Amino acid sequence: MEYNFRFAAVLRYWDEIVEGVVLTLQLSATTMVIGLAIGLGVAALSTSSYRWLRLPARSYVELIRNTPLLVQLFIVFFGLPSLGLRLNANDAAMIALSINLGAYGAEIIRAGIESIRRSQIEAGRALGLTALQTFRHVVLFQALKAIYPALASQFVLLMLATSIVSAIGASELFHQAAFIESRTFRSFETYTLITISYLGLTLGFRLLFSAIYWLVFVRRPAR
Amino acid sequence: MIREFALADVGFLILATRWTLLLALTAAIGGGILGLIVAVVRVVPARPLNWLAIGYINLIQGTPLLGQLFVFFFGLPLLGLSVDAWTAAATALSIYASAFFAEIWRGSLQSVPQRQWEAGASLGLTYGQRFRYVIIPQAIRISIPPTVGFLVQVVKNTSLAALIGFVELTRASQIMTAATFAPLQVYLVAAAIYFVICFGLSQVSRVVEGRIHVSR
Repeated sequence: MEYNFRFAAVLRYWDEIVEGVVLTLQLSATTMVIGLAIGLGVAALSTSSYRWLRLPARSYVELIRNTPLLVQLFIVFFGLPSLGLRLNANDAAMIALSINLGAYGAEIIRAGIESIRRSQIEAGRALGLTALQTFRHVVLFQALKAIYPALASQFVLLMLATSIVSAIGASELFHQAAFIESRTFRSFETYTLITISYLGLTLGFRLLFSAIYWLVFVRRPAR
Repeated sequence: MIREFALADVGFLILATRWTLLLALTAAIGGGILGLIVAVVRVVPARPLNWLAIGYINLIQGTPLLGQLFVFFFGLPLLGLSVDAWTAAATALSIYASAFFAEIWRGSLQSVPQRQWEAGASLGLTYGQRFRYVIIPQAIRISIPPTVGFLVQVVKNTSLAALIGFVELTRASQIMTAATFAPLQVYLVAAAIYFVICFGLSQVSRVVEGRIHVSR
């Protein structure tokens, strides 16, 4: 192997990498909030007792989960303008990611709702709690505990998936790689460093999420 | 030359789908073999080996597939291998899939109750024999639905190979868009093709899962 590795040349662009990390975190956080809001609504519809509410919710979830994010992104960014809806790359990225996450979030939340046993609600009511109190003191905590691990890993998956939006030139960490590569012509070093940056983010978030889980759900503070 | 998006163009996309399927199949087989090795290394009673497998799984699951694709696309030539987009995509997708298969199969191996190991030991079977005749047959049954479910992810992930220039369904759609200027129709057709494949696989996974639960 005759190749001279020059990671130093890429590391001169440290500021761009940090900027990319911040942009990725912003995009992931915004998407997580909007996506979960969509997911909550869709989960409510898909557990409804009316078929005409369940059907569109189920179709949405299946359509999104069975098509690639990249194609969804292209439909939003390249396809929608022909219907008169022109979006810039960043907005298109956020919309496509939110719609995508909404479907996965809906499934997680639905599983959380269905994991609460009917007898738990009946026990709460039998103790004289109102429906709202039962929800607040009996159901909510258990449901949150049930879905928290899945939500935490979904956030990490989402963060890694945001790299895909670089394909339409939206600004985030992976897009910075293209910029650095164009300046240094060090493709391998650039993409290796950027990819490893994601690993740092992933491990950091896993640690943070398990610390939060321990604080909130395991070491339950006296109430 | 700009022309209308016609039925023949749908045929072009369907024809390009064979590369999507071939790439997915290659990744499934390559990732399956590699994943099996990693899963075994992950559960054998030897700590340093376990850590090695955990490190590998975390490295792959903690980085974006797109990054892995680019690293292999630009990195393999440095090792003196002449790499086209197909080789880079097949390698990256296989390695990516192997980390997920390893975790799925580790879970399946560990969900076989401990007393099955003990029962095997009390019958005088060696570690290898217990693994081969007691644990694996049971673990395989448990692992089939999540394995088929992950194949959906593999098929969807092949779309990223378009970004290093491998002409599969998504890249073919980009080319078709450039020719017809009908992005909405082209990408909707592409999405429909992906949906047929992935929804089919999801249904298979569900049916298999139902069968296995019934027979237990």
